Amino acid sequence: MGTRKIRMLLAKPGLDGHDRGAKVVAHALKEAGMEVIYTGLHQTVASIVNQAVQEDADGIGLSIMSGAHIPICKKLMGMLKEKGIDDKLIVVGGVIPNRDIPVLQEMGVNGIFPGGSHFDQIVGFIQDNVQN
Amino acid sequence: MGVATYSKDEKDAIQKVTLQSGIDVKPVYTPDDLNAIGFDYENDLGDPGEFPFTRSLHPQGFRSRNWTTRQYTGFGTPEETNERFKLMISHGQTGLNVAFDLPTQMGYDSDSEMAEGEVGRVGMAVDSLRDFEVAFKDIQLDRIGSGLTINAVASIMLAMYQAVAEKSGFDKTRISATPQNDILKEIVGRGAWIYPVDPAVRLIGDTIEYAMTKLPRCNPVSVCGYHIRESGCTPAQEISYALLIAFAYIDNVIARGYQAEDFVGRFSFNLNIYGNLWETVAKFRAARKLWAKLLRERYDVRNKKALFLRGIFGGGGSGMTKQQPENNIVRGAYYALGAALSGAQTTALCSFDEAYTIPTERAALLSLRTFQILMDEIGLRDTVDPLAGSYFIETLTKQMEEKILEEMAKVEKVGGMLEAVSSGYVQKEVARQAYEFEKKLQQGQVTKVGVNKYTEGADMEVELHEYNEEWAQLQVDRLKALKRDRDNKAVTDSLKALERAAKAKENVMPYLVACCNSYATVGEMADVFRDVFGEYVEPSIF
Repeated sequence: MGTRKIRMLLAKPGLDGHDRGAKVVAHALKEAGMEVIYTGLHQTVASIVNQAVQEDADGIGLSIMSGAHIPICKKLMGMLKEKGIDDKLIVVGGVIPNRDIPVLQEMGVNGIFPGGSHFDQIVGFIQDNVQN
Repeated sequence: MGVATYSKDEKDAIQKVTLQSGIDVKPVYTPDDLNAIGFDYENDLGDPGEFPFTRSLHPQGFRSRNWTTRQYTGFGTPEETNERFKLMISHGQTGLNVAFDLPTQMGYDSDSEMAEGEVGRVGMAVDSLRDFEVAFKDIQLDRIGSGLTINAVASIMLAMYQAVAEKSGFDKTRISATPQNDILKEIVGRGAWIYPVDPAVRLIGDTIEYAMTKLPRCNPVSVCGYHIRESGCTPAQEISYALLIAFAYIDNVIARGYQAEDFVGRFSFNLNIYGNLWETVAKFRAARKLWAKLLRERYDVRNKKALFLRGIFGGGGSGMTKQQPENNIVRGAYYALGAALSGAQTTALCSFDEAYTIPTERAALLSLRTFQILMDEIGLRDTVDPLAGSYFIETLTKQMEEKILEEMAKVEKVGGMLEAVSSGYVQKEVARQAYEFEKKLQQGQVTKVGVNKYTEGADMEVELHEYNEEWAQLQVDRLKALKRDRDNKAVTDSLKALERAAKAKENVMPYLVACCNSYATVGEMADVFRDVFGEYVEPSIF
């Protein structure tokens, strides 16, 4: 178990197609030695949860630029709980105003990385917090 | 974020400057540099308004025509959008630039499961002609032109624009819509695609062909290097990809038996301004020149006006930062200056709060004022192409031209633009560069004020544009009422006719107009195409 690479599912939920951030983070996580599965665009929350199960991902990273982060995360957290896999690490990045950060934390989102966050912070957070 | 890379010595003196496009800038330029590139006024520049239009499309530049300002507007319900349109027009804005919400852009109705949480969020929700009737109420569609930021379903929205104009009593030959309608850049950079590459390009061909004969003042395609640049490519690549995409659309229409000369004059471009000022100016000058030259060489286009690289040069959102957001007001002003020095015809600016949200009213107005100050106070209308003849700018313009051609050759080597997009070659190249740039930024090799230098002080909270959940519900209720009250037999018939046309590879535009007039919804029309064409599948690039 100790040598297993961290597996992160990176996902673009909803209809927003701005994927520069998701792809850049995918590169950074790969370079940090993680396995990255990128869902591609226009994913439903249900399909993200299914892929996380199928891929046996340690965590899910959502990239959301549309402003719909609160309803999307609410739905995701609910579905994870339903499936009994709410032990997975959940990180969210994108256009996230400061005032929404506590709201997301309250829901159970583990890490929130608004635009401008450093790779080191994201990589470090995932490495420190994934339940291996 | 688009800035040059600087190497400095221990005393902070600059040793080397490398622009994003890969051109090194010298500390001093002299007449020798112009000799070295074989600079020739007639060939390289020509007078303003003369081939190859490096200097300007018009002989007197901004003296005879101030630029058109077109801030991106539209949110929530059609009523809200209509109010904002009128406000911007009353403040002196001369064209509209319509933002649609994501469900509309993706061909889903507001009551679709896929639309949940997104209705009216990043733009106006449009389900049917009824919404356009509200949004464009009391707007003089024969005088005010509208940019429609819509791509995968641009054919539907252009048809709807014609329908709403005719309903309000305007002749369709007098209306001027500019749907973005560039699906290849969506696939590469913005992600609002629905259909596979071939049928998607065919739909664009349909709109061009239709506009040529029926909507002579509409600009059916706005080729967007802008979003590819936002996604991470270099300025030289931005132009090379945009030109190649335009050629792909031209080829589709030529294959129907037309001459490029007959329609290419209605093409427009949407290009990006941010980053290094000199590289920006050189880029636009080189782009105007290359478009004109290549249209002549490849398609034998002779009509002078058909050779114009017309379009909107917009201040790029990627240049804006979340950190110290008020700095973005200043950045915006410099980007606008870059647009003015480049001879932009139409311009728009991302607002300072755009790293957070869609612009508030105050921020959108500030962007408009930024342009007005440049033109009305600072003197940017005084003389045309003021940087012409500069040893540096002329050298750089020539170098940009060469870089752009180099990048074009790379794509043509892998089979041309359609192939390079289908296989994911361009997407891979863009994503790689976005990552490399981000690394440089985080390691401090490129400087972004407030991000990796002069970072002291807390981030400021900006006033946010509110998203109103009730609007979404209102929109859904209205859609339900529409589906109940309209003549559903007429809707079904018009959709069936559309399906037959799509299958028979007929031009779908007249059928779409009929669907719009029967109050068929955007989702219903888009679904007809989904059934006939299928959906695009992203190539894996990791």
